[in-house]
Amino acid sequence: MNELPLLSLMTFLPLVGAVLIIALRNLAGAREGALSSMIALVTTLATLTVSLVVLGGFDPDGAEYQFVERQAWFGNSSYAMGVDGLSLSLVILTTALTPLCILQAMTSIKDRVPSFMVAFLVLETLMIGVFCAMDLILFYVFFEGGLIPMFLIIGIWGGKNRLYAAFKFFLYTLLGSLLLLAALVYMYTVTGTTFIPDLQDYPFAPGVQTWLWLAFFASFAVKLPMWPVHTWLPDAHVEAPTSGSVVLAAILLKMGGYGFLRFSLPMFPDASELFQPLMFALSVVAIVYASLVAFRQTDIKKLVAYSSVAHMGFVTLGIFAFNEEGIQGAIFQMISHGIISGALFFCVGVIYDRMHTREISFYGGLVHRMPVYAAFMMLFSMANVGLPGTSGFIGEILTMVGGFQASTLAAAGAAIGVILSAVYMLTLYRRTVFGELVNEKLSAIKDVTALEFLILGLLAAGTLILGVAPSYVFELTEGSTLELLSMIGR
Amino acid sequence: MISQEAIALIIVFAPAIAAAIAGLGQRVLGDRGAMAVTTAVVVTAALLAAYQFLAHVFGDHEGGAHGHTVVIANWLSVGNFIADWAVRIDTLSVVMMFVVTSVSALVHIYSISYMEHDPHRARFFAYLSLFTFAMLMLVTADNFIQMFFGWEGVGLASYLLIGFWYKKPSANSAAIKAFVVNRVGDFGFALGIMAIVLVVQAPAEMLDGAGAVSAAYLQQLGVAEFSSLRFETAFAVIEQNALVQPVGFSGALPIQDVALDFLGLHVDALELIGVLLFIGAMGKSAQFILHTWLPDAMEGPTPVSALIHAATMVTAGVFLVCRASYLYEHTVFAANMITIIGAITCFFAATVGLAQNDIKRVVAYSTCSQLGYMFFAAGIGAYQAAMFHLFTHAFFKALLFLSAGAVIHGLHDEQDMRKMGGLRRKMPIAWAMMLIGTLALTGVGIPAVEGLHIGFAGFFSKDAIIESAYASPDQFGPMAFWLGVGAALLTSFYSWRLMIMTFHGPTRAKQEYYDHAHDAPWIMTIPLALLAVGAVFAGGVFYDAFVEHYQAEFWGDAIYTASENHVLHDRHYVPTWVLIAPAAAWITGLVLAIIFYGLLPRIPPAIGESGGPLHSFLSRKWYFDEIYNFVFVRGAALLGDLFWKVGDKTLIDGGGPNAAAAISKATGSGVSRLHTGYLFHYALVILLTVVAFGAVVIWSMVS
Repeated sequence: MNELPLLSLMTFLPLVGAVLIIALRNLAGAREGALSSMIALVTTLATLTVSLVVLGGFDPDGAEYQFVERQAWFGNSSYAMGVDGLSLSLVILTTALTPLCILQAMTSIKDRVPSFMVAFLVLETLMIGVFCAMDLILFYVFFEGGLIPMFLIIGIWGGKNRLYAAFKFFLYTLLGSLLLLAALVYMYTVTGTTFIPDLQDYPFAPGVQTWLWLAFFASFAVKLPMWPVHTWLPDAHVEAPTSGSVVLAAILLKMGGYGFLRFSLPMFPDASELFQPLMFALSVVAIVYASLVAFRQTDIKKLVAYSSVAHMGFVTLGIFAFNEEGIQGAIFQMISHGIISGALFFCVGVIYDRMHTREISFYGGLVHRMPVYAAFMMLFSMANVGLPGTSGFIGEILTMVGGFQASTLAAAGAAIGVILSAVYMLTLYRRTVFGELVNEKLSAIKDVTALEFLILGLLAAGTLILGVAPSYVFELTEGSTLELLSMIGR
Repeated sequence: MISQEAIALIIVFAPAIAAAIAGLGQRVLGDRGAMAVTTAVVVTAALLAAYQFLAHVFGDHEGGAHGHTVVIANWLSVGNFIADWAVRIDTLSVVMMFVVTSVSALVHIYSISYMEHDPHRARFFAYLSLFTFAMLMLVTADNFIQMFFGWEGVGLASYLLIGFWYKKPSANSAAIKAFVVNRVGDFGFALGIMAIVLVVQAPAEMLDGAGAVSAAYLQQLGVAEFSSLRFETAFAVIEQNALVQPVGFSGALPIQDVALDFLGLHVDALELIGVLLFIGAMGKSAQFILHTWLPDAMEGPTPVSALIHAATMVTAGVFLVCRASYLYEHTVFAANMITIIGAITCFFAATVGLAQNDIKRVVAYSTCSQLGYMFFAAGIGAYQAAMFHLFTHAFFKALLFLSAGAVIHGLHDEQDMRKMGGLRRKMPIAWAMMLIGTLALTGVGIPAVEGLHIGFAGFFSKDAIIESAYASPDQFGPMAFWLGVGAALLTSFYSWRLMIMTFHGPTRAKQEYYDHAHDAPWIMTIPLALLAVGAVFAGGVFYDAFVEHYQAEFWGDAIYTASENHVLHDRHYVPTWVLIAPAAAWITGLVLAIIFYGLLPRIPPAIGESGGPLHSFLSRKWYFDEIYNFVFVRGAALLGDLFWKVGDKTLIDGGGPNAAAAISKATGSGVSRLHTGYLFHYALVILLTVVAFGAVVIWSMVS
């Protein structure tokens, strides 16, 4: 390999930043917080730059993995990295959102700032690694390793009930990862390889596929999360600091959808087909159930968390439709939800930083003091309910169009969620932003700062641009979608 | 001379730019600046649209008007799911562009004075322009997805404007209700889009090696590119009954023979699409069952009611059905459903209108009722008459609303007609305007005389609909006819009731308010006067073009009528009593109104107070709100609580993580560890162990 290993550079750059913080923090004395924040920001921006270089050099017409790096590692496994359109789109989402999280954390995290920045940078490395890994063992290490920094972010910088939430988060994901590990071991024993493209070509017997599929499903369903293994998410979100919630909703959840697309479908096509009805049923239940539960929440973050569960239901609906509209829609929905849910959690963070409560009943009438905030919140609420012109619409309509071709019932069930999302989002908006300003504690609340304006403005631009010109994403992901469809014989 | 295309593009996009300038730049521009920008832009767009419309009406239609499309950019392109951002220019869109921009321009002007004392005027005008843009995108779409963009866009603008006074709880509730009920309709529209994509697919034998649609098939359809969602493609396929191969079908079939399974039912594909799209139309146009949001929408400022909830947005459903005439000409069930729902709505809403006391709500129910006329006209195949009534209605209903606004404005924001009366002396202009609107709404004119075109706007369009219903060979034509005539009587009664209760007799207003009552300032009067011109002349002047001698050339390929559909022609051969029936209806309504509200004014309040079942049934609007609240609002809350508290907390958490936590507590010697943070360390250690364990297992296995 003569070229610069761009993917490794991109993946481990944040880790280098983390090491730098550890090395230099003591030199800065009392200003260690500022220094580590600065290092973190510069590192994540550099990572973003590298990822854009990769994007620039990526050939969207090629269905194959690109920028491939492969080094023999141990046994028959290798350190293999590569990206296709699917992984690259999620990588860009990761590298673009992380600097915004750092910016937000710079002002809102007060305690043990260097450690926080280290945890966050390590998390970024692991997230990028998940999407770039071309080897199953490497994937597993990144995938499970990501739990640790997230666990720490919730457990150390979280709210009052952080231990319960961190424990629940851990317990669910543990269950999934053990099964994933068992499946991985089995697959290696049978095939003698852990190289993902080889595994995708390996014809597992249908009976074996069923068990392997279920093991992978356990892990990805928890991550996504799907009903009924979703209850860790609302608690984790409520306790996580704002930036933790943002990456959790925007990126960590997407690993589940990515897993289905990268492993379950191409490696176990027969089992995927077998379980299509189950996946459709769980998707529709997730959409309707979570939307109704969201409607009754009294905590803003829990509401947004349940709304995430519902929106991930569209992702699984689209993936298991096994057609171009469905899968393209599912990938798009993941990107779009990354932007929108990230933005909504940032919005919650804005008022939480000021008032230190997420109770809906505490607020009301914010528009009188925070008109700019109200405008942003309106935009993101509308994006969340899938208004055409925002990115939310594209993902929802395409996954439903795809789903309709496989099962009219599933698509019709999902479409009920489109009605319900309007119910809970507009009710939330009415209770927090509209109405009279009754609570006296809110009388001096300040509108968004320049920094918050920058963060929200960038995300607003993102959701609008992708809503009006979604082809930027589709051109990137079309090759890998068609390749995937050919692998499952569609 | 700028081109036709450039004019259309300016009309559509200028309001968007104005909305953005006013919305984002309100701090720089100030209220006056924002009002000036938006009003100037929309007035310009209206002038261009008027030019475009008149050039079209009085232009040359040799061989019929042909529509064409200006494509701006591709929006979405995934598989066969292709849609552009485009402006379609044909008779339907030209008529709608004129209606939308002209009423919008007048409402902008009117609002300058009406909203004079509102601290958020800039925001108001930005919303008005935003609405105008979304509505224009809806009517100029060349595909179902862009139409859906406009469709939901006007829904957003409507939500923002109904809830404009966001301090008022009632306004907030009404705004949410409007959005959500519309979404129920959109649920149908979206499923209709999905069904179209499923069904309208080129047959396998018409694909070349790379999966692209063959040139021969494109040529057969007469389109440049195959896209299920583009009107051009979908309508050509339906009109020619071309072969299609829906997703999952093993062979090709003519589209009219395609049947598929939908939610367990085996249904005709075109009927399914027709019904689903119509559900969308029912939501947007407040038809029976999905009508409940419209009266509540009156919580918004009155100019909004005139623009959105009378003249333009609520007619989008009618527009959709007319736009899809290619589809509905080939569906019997869906068309019958439109006729039935339309006829029921026109009668039902008129009955409720009898017992309302809020001046705006009377006009709102009247709108609902008039939309019903338009729908049943379309249902029986008289799309041209439906569009004609949409056109005339826009002017006289906007006039009625804005006149009502002038009354409310001049009477200390009073909306209850029981506290009005005798205002004619104080507000002669508002009275005159309201009178013209009423004459147009009730359809006053001289019927049954060949070649004599004398009457107010509504006379021409409403009578065309009623005659068509009688002439229609459809099974439900007679039902539509009788409900239509009955509703005409009720319309006349509640309209004259409104006139008498508001303007005549002794006043029931507070003396202080009455003394200060006054006509509106000139800037509000100008739009009223212009709309009054429309309410008087829009019918007679455009009658020939819309529904008479050269209607076929005028509509060209914008509206399709099957060869066996001659309802517009047959209506000339109805018996004379049919021609006279609507006139008899309005005269009867007028006489009854004079008796009950002019001569014996004590009777109606007595009926109201006696609380008879029929009166409460009507004044409570057939109990729709009560039933919906009980079933849907409380049902959703109950289910939400059930899923949350029982499903998530008790069953899922109780069975899984909490049980595990309890076990770990029991085995791990007590509660104290939970509180001291030991659990956290404990969990972290396990987590690290798992990852390390995994690595070791793999390592030992592979090396």
